[in-house]
Amino acid sequence: MLDFLARLLGRESPGSKNVAKERLRLVLVHDRAGVSPQLLQLLKNDMVEVISKYMEIDEKGLSVNLERADNQVALVASIPVKKMKRVAGNPA
Amino acid sequence: MSEVIVVTSGKGGVGKTTVTANIGCGLAMLGYKVVLVDADTGLRNLDVVLGMENRIVFDLTDVIEEKCRLRQALIKDRRFEELFLLPTAQTKDKSAVTPKDMQNICSQLREHFDYVIVDSPAGIEQGFQSAVAGVEKAIVVTVPEVAAVRDADRVVGLLEAKAEIRDPKLIINRLRMQMVQRGDMMTLEDMHDILGLELLGVIPDDEQVVIATNRGDPIVINENSLSGRAFKDIVRRMLGEPVPLMNLENGEGFFNRLRRIIGLG
Ligand SMILES: Nc1ncnc2c1ncn2[C@@H]1O[C@H](COP(=O)(O)OP(=O)(O)OP(=O)(O)O)[C@@H](O)[C@H]1O
Ligand SMILES: [Mg+2]
Repeated sequence: MLDFLARLLGRESPGSKNVAKERLRLVLVHDRAGVSPQLLQLLKNDMVEVISKYMEIDEKGLSVNLERADNQVALVASIPVKKMKRVAGNPA
Repeated sequence: MSEVIVVTSGKGGVGKTTVTANIGCGLAMLGYKVVLVDADTGLRNLDVVLGMENRIVFDLTDVIEEKCRLRQALIKDRRFEELFLLPTAQTKDKSAVTPKDMQNICSQLREHFDYVIVDSPAGIEQGFQSAVAGVEKAIVVTVPEVAAVRDADRVVGLLEAKAEIRDPKLIINRLRMQMVQRGDMMTLEDMHDILGLELLGVIPDDEQVVIATNRGDPIVINENSLSGRAFKDIVRRMLGEPVPLMNLENGEGFFNRLRRIIGLG
């Protein structure tokens, strides 16, 4: 009942503008990434550099993409690992 | 020092030509020397919005083809001493004006005017590319709808990438107060959040704009209209005055009053 009242009185905006804003936010994540593919390339380079400190990876098989699922956009990376490195501090 | 500014949007029909005509008139009303350049070759509108359509002899493409001199193509406004229009051709297509041509024309115009304002066509193709080629600043116009804001964002990206125009200013046109109040239209804050641009101003959706356009007298001339005042405020902000945004969003609607009365507001 209180909830209903609050809604009726506009506390929780029941209108369509929040839907609009949310859809816009999601679509722009994609659009902006598309406008500069360089950005993803730079990110890939940095990732390779960082990950290579810990493991040997197959750079050719590496893929990094923005994927969209229901209500969010995720950065999905697939990085084939060839070999783990033995790093100081790693007990293995 | 003169400023060369493009008014652009990506999406069509959101109010570029209306904005160009009104800020042009607004600046001229304050005594600045202003030339408005119609870059929408093939679909020219600026002449009609300004009420100058019967006085065109030469146009931008005649200047480019050297059929006349630049100053012969400029049409002087009857209302304001210092306002001029450079119309474009209605029967040619966008390929008649190249980016190079626009650079050339804009750099000549800036020698003689305080403000050179270019009305860009919709889209991001050749016409847009030419419109932005000779400018150093941009005003991006949008309406509070998903598709228009999305296209505006695209244009902002292209302005930076292709034309090295940073920090374009945003004008939100056709805001409908009742819709904002009932939560069915994005607010200024929402759009500022999403686009991350400095807000130059907001224009209400106002039938007076249509009436003024019917007559060929831009609404900024009309002291009594809300949209006319909104355009005046924009002009003052362009000149660097810190004019607060008009409160178009929080009118005392029935629910607001009720909320306040029962202590929820
Ligand atoms: N604030 C407003 N309130 C009501 N009507 C408006 C407003 N702004 C613009 N309009 C109307 O919307 C229509 C489109 O405006 P305008 O021609 O300025 O858009 P545009 O972006 O230049 O279009 P195009 O992309 O075709 O060049 C016109 O009929 C104009 O009168
Ligand atoms: Mg137009």
